Amino acid sequence: MSPALDEMPLAKGSRSLRSDLIGIAALLALAALGFLLFPDNLALLTRIIAIALLVLSVDLVTGICGVATLGQAALFGAGAYAAGIGAAHYGITDPLLMVLAGIAGGAIAGLICGIVILRAHGLPQLVLSIALIHLFHELANKTTSWTGGSDGLSGISPGPLLDMFTFDLWGRTAYVFAVVLLIAVFILLRILVRSPFGMLCRGIREDPVRVRAMGASPHATLVKMYVISGAVAGVGGALSAITTQVVGLDSLSFTLSAEALVMLVLGGAGSLYGALAGTVIFMLFEDFVSAANPFHWLTMVGALLVAVVLFAPKGLYGTAEDLLLRWKGKAP
Amino acid sequence: MTPVFEVRALRKSFGGLPVSDNISLSLAAGDRVALIGPNGAGKTTFVDIAAGNLKPDSGEVLLGGEQVTRLSPAERVRRGLVRSFQVTRLFHDMTPAEHVAMAILQREGRAGRMLGNYLDMPEVMREAMEAFAMLGIDDLAHRKVREIAYGQQRLLELAIALVLKPRVLLLDEPGAGVPQSDTARLKAALAALPADLAVLMIEHDMDLVFHFAKRVVVLAAGAIIFDGAPAAATTDARVREAYLGSYADAGRVA
Repeated sequence: MSPALDEMPLAKGSRSLRSDLIGIAALLALAALGFLLFPDNLALLTRIIAIALLVLSVDLVTGICGVATLGQAALFGAGAYAAGIGAAHYGITDPLLMVLAGIAGGAIAGLICGIVILRAHGLPQLVLSIALIHLFHELANKTTSWTGGSDGLSGISPGPLLDMFTFDLWGRTAYVFAVVLLIAVFILLRILVRSPFGMLCRGIREDPVRVRAMGASPHATLVKMYVISGAVAGVGGALSAITTQVVGLDSLSFTLSAEALVMLVLGGAGSLYGALAGTVIFMLFEDFVSAANPFHWLTMVGALLVAVVLFAPKGLYGTAEDLLLRWKGKAP
Repeated sequence: MTPVFEVRALRKSFGGLPVSDNISLSLAAGDRVALIGPNGAGKTTFVDIAAGNLKPDSGEVLLGGEQVTRLSPAERVRRGLVRSFQVTRLFHDMTPAEHVAMAILQREGRAGRMLGNYLDMPEVMREAMEAFAMLGIDDLAHRKVREIAYGQQRLLELAIALVLKPRVLLLDEPGAGVPQSDTARLKAALAALPADLAVLMIEHDMDLVFHFAKRVVVLAAGAIIFDGAPAAATTDARVREAYLGSYADAGRVA
């Protein structure tokens, strides 16, 4: 065997690591830019990050594994209620513990949803996911003594972060906390999707029969991914509970599930970067257009989506990546 | 000695049409068997049932004396029963190196690891490269599968099957789609298979069959009509009848 062949794989591995470092640096730069440009709107930026975590969790099961779901908010809401109930009823107000509660709540919801949804394929799978989000919604609606029902769960007052930083009126602590959580989750997920487990999941999306013929069990792998996805969505839910100090039934809604999927398609599925891009663009666009034209903003959001799906089917990030690669390929 | 692979009285019909009609067959370690027969004889159905992709109506599949009839395809692979596919089943956006690395890690029970990357696992990549070198596709190791020729994809399928280190290998037309220029490689790879591996190969290329097989099983309309030495198959009256002479003549030419 030639020595060149021995060296090539390692070089390739470190190159993709470098592109990840660049991606994370860009993420940090954007977060700082947001802080400087919109100091009065940090609550919106924090909300974007919480939703971005939800969209990342959709990308894990839909983009990476090919599982169709319109019920992902069940995992997000479970995380939000777990953190919120812990704080409001049991006095667990340390923000980090609340995040842990959110991770646990999301992961358990992920396990339940995964086991149910993965029984079916294709359209029945999609219908099961819709049924689940409605069941979760009803459960939260009926158990009013725990969740506050349709009034929402209030009385969440998170303590200072690390016993040092109180959550201030301007949302600075909340924003920095959100950015740190997002970056940490994002780094872990990039490691996950590059790992053998991540490759196995991509394999299952393309051809489960081939994966079985290698001796691997697609079902067990996908259930694991659903639990991880639940943990990620749970972080988003907990973040939302901590920073808004209220959890409403809308966090367990079909609408939120569908919007999360739309944001993923807008940004481009399967890369994780697309999930972030889609969330930021969708929510900023929504905010900007609804302020500029409160009567027709939904029309414009719809038009943007139609344009992207027709002319950039790989999503905004996926299309940009393609263009960049083509441009690089032409350059000497 | 217990046969390493055995099927007993396998039956399967699709809507009244029997595609496996009381098939019994056994393979000992080191066997080289070609399963031939006219189109529609039920050869691929047989492999599908043996590998667990299809449930038989009745009958048993045994692996090293152990009942595997009710086990999933993945569980059979873990017990050493590996198959290839008539039409390649590969991941188009992955490289051959990634396919084979996935199979190697699965064999070692590490395919679900959540840390690291195939490319950073030197011992896995070395084994993958050795498998590719044997099949002459080492220069394609890091190209995406969608960019490589179909004949080379066939060889990659064989590489995946081999790194799983099976006890029993079921090859469904390994030669289909391999261009003339690459058949020598395929022949060499088949000749280099581990001596104690039991191989059953479906193949239409009679040259490949006679080159490879020590024993030929002929399937017609779902039933075994011949089981014996390759040379005897070409003169057997029932085999000639099943093929209307065409393949028997091809055998004499080869």
